[in-house]
Amino acid sequence: MHPLLKLDDIKCHFPSKSGLVRAVDGVSLEVTAGETFALVGESGCGKSTLAKTILGLAPKTAGQIEFAGKPLIFDKSFRQRAQVVFQDPYSSLNPRLKVSVILSEPLWANKTAHGLNRQQIKRRVAEVLELVGLPPTAGSLYPHEFSGGQRQRIAIARALILDPELIILDEPISALDVSIRAQILNLLQDIQDELNITYLLIAHDLALVQHASDRVAVMYLGRIVETGPTEEIFANPRHPYTQALLSAVPAPDPTVIRNSSLIQGDVGSALSPPTGCHFHPRCPHKLAKCDQEQPHYVKQGQANLSCWLYD
Amino acid sequence: MTLLTVKDLKTHLHLRRGVVKAVNGVSFTVAAGETLGLIGESGSGKTMTGLSLLGLLPQPVGRIVDGSINLLGRELTDLDQATYATEIRGKEIAMISQDPMTSLNPVFSIGNQVAAPIKRHGYDAEHTALELATEELRRVRVPSAEVRVRDFPHQFSGGMRQRVVAAMATSCRPKMLIADEPTSALDVTIQVQLMDLLDQLQDEFGIGLLFITHDLGVAASLCDRVAVMYAGSVVESAPVAELYAAPAHPYTRGLLASVPKLSGAKKRNKERLYSIPGTPPDPLHLPEGCAFAPRCELATDQCRSESPPLVKIAGREIACFEVS
Repeated sequence: MHPLLKLDDIKCHFPSKSGLVRAVDGVSLEVTAGETFALVGESGCGKSTLAKTILGLAPKTAGQIEFAGKPLIFDKSFRQRAQVVFQDPYSSLNPRLKVSVILSEPLWANKTAHGLNRQQIKRRVAEVLELVGLPPTAGSLYPHEFSGGQRQRIAIARALILDPELIILDEPISALDVSIRAQILNLLQDIQDELNITYLLIAHDLALVQHASDRVAVMYLGRIVETGPTEEIFANPRHPYTQALLSAVPAPDPTVIRNSSLIQGDVGSALSPPTGCHFHPRCPHKLAKCDQEQPHYVKQGQANLSCWLYD
Repeated sequence: MTLLTVKDLKTHLHLRRGVVKAVNGVSFTVAAGETLGLIGESGSGKTMTGLSLLGLLPQPVGRIVDGSINLLGRELTDLDQATYATEIRGKEIAMISQDPMTSLNPVFSIGNQVAAPIKRHGYDAEHTALELATEELRRVRVPSAEVRVRDFPHQFSGGMRQRVVAAMATSCRPKMLIADEPTSALDVTIQVQLMDLLDQLQDEFGIGLLFITHDLGVAASLCDRVAVMYAGSVVESAPVAELYAAPAHPYTRGLLASVPKLSGAKKRNKERLYSIPGTPPDPLHLPEGCAFAPRCELATDQCRSESPPLVKIAGREIACFEVS
């Protein structure tokens, strides 16, 4: 079986006044149909840029993308099959449009509305509203009449209306109130169970990633440092960055004593990433060749990682 | 030794659309060297509580309408703005705010800004204010402080800026430090470094820390005691170990149950999380009685008509008819 989405050595570089920004710098991964694949990393690691590259919202400068076994072209059919939910439901919904218009817009834009009469469109809008747990009357209201959690439901409904195969979830719950997050998370899970949609989840919250994903890729400064089944990566992190990241997450349990930081310093800059392994200036296990050569990927257990310690 | 006693504090915002009871009867104490966590969602009134203590309520809409704030025997609610600025703010009570990108002035050098509170509140004649500022930057471990003191905020990373803000806040050795979501804008690996720094400053100067956050993980690893706020009121407060081991208020219980927890052990993922039904109330139209009642599984008629008082039970305080 082909993977639904296959990235091969994707690069996304932006020219800027102060030089070339290497936002994504050689990422390869495969997302299988029906799974939740998580991209996790700190801000500036390139996870959102990678998602934009997949959607064609940021130009890729090198590499190949395959979608459902064919080289990806950004045509109407792809737009229908891949959708996105953004982080902030306060800015992702047009405040001047009624919810029913927001929801039916993708149908018009992708010409799937042709051949549907007004009744059928209305019915489809009501269907997706029901799917995300909103009453059909929500369609006649404006976004400002809803709370943050409800707005995110509307954004999810808009992504669902074209019956996509892949939804990119870019920090789908981090802008919401803590007591609302679980509702949206459960909703996303129910939708996946019911419709067998593939999720590409972008998040910085590791507890969320462990809870919600099947496989995970940890990114650092434009590259994947470690990838594999979520269970394995969280139970047995091998890359020093994954280890540091996991140990830095404060547990909601006061009996756990805080690990003093395993790593010091700041995330480097994508403008002038360090030579060799991008992580070497912060790495507690740095070897002589780490700043010379970029480590290649090796398989350890079920995980793939890029670190000279395991070569 | 109790530093700060807040009793039945009520802060209202008089907006054109109506009165927002942002802080609706909040009581707590903070001792020297202690960290009290104020946990709540957005709109629960935790930031307004902090601003009330600092005399920085939005003007002219924000007003303390009732209650008392007592710092080492001195009543702060009676003070006028000028006294607050010269005698309290920055000197007795200081603040670290959430966003290090906006809390520093982009057109003044770092040294200039760290020296500002030192100049304002006085210093010995042996050193210049800039020397003292450099010393403070060294204390919060800004590398090569004597050089960086001439740099501007945009030349600092987020984590370093938050260190600079911490240096400014502690430069006049305040008794109380209010930290409003200081780690929320930072990445996890930087977040740990800042928590270590707060611990260090607190040990050094015996500062009482009021730590405002919505992150249950951060609160667990930093605080001694925790007060949970909902819709302007404290619903439960307890020593941190007790609160997390046995949350008593239905809201606290729901909140803790609805957060995914990181675990090293292999576990079945994709389990359903518990979720609190409904949404937080509109602050302009708080429900009658207990504000949490519309979302509460235990709510009775009494809950919907009377607000439960905060009562002491076995070392903790809780505002709930059903549990107490």
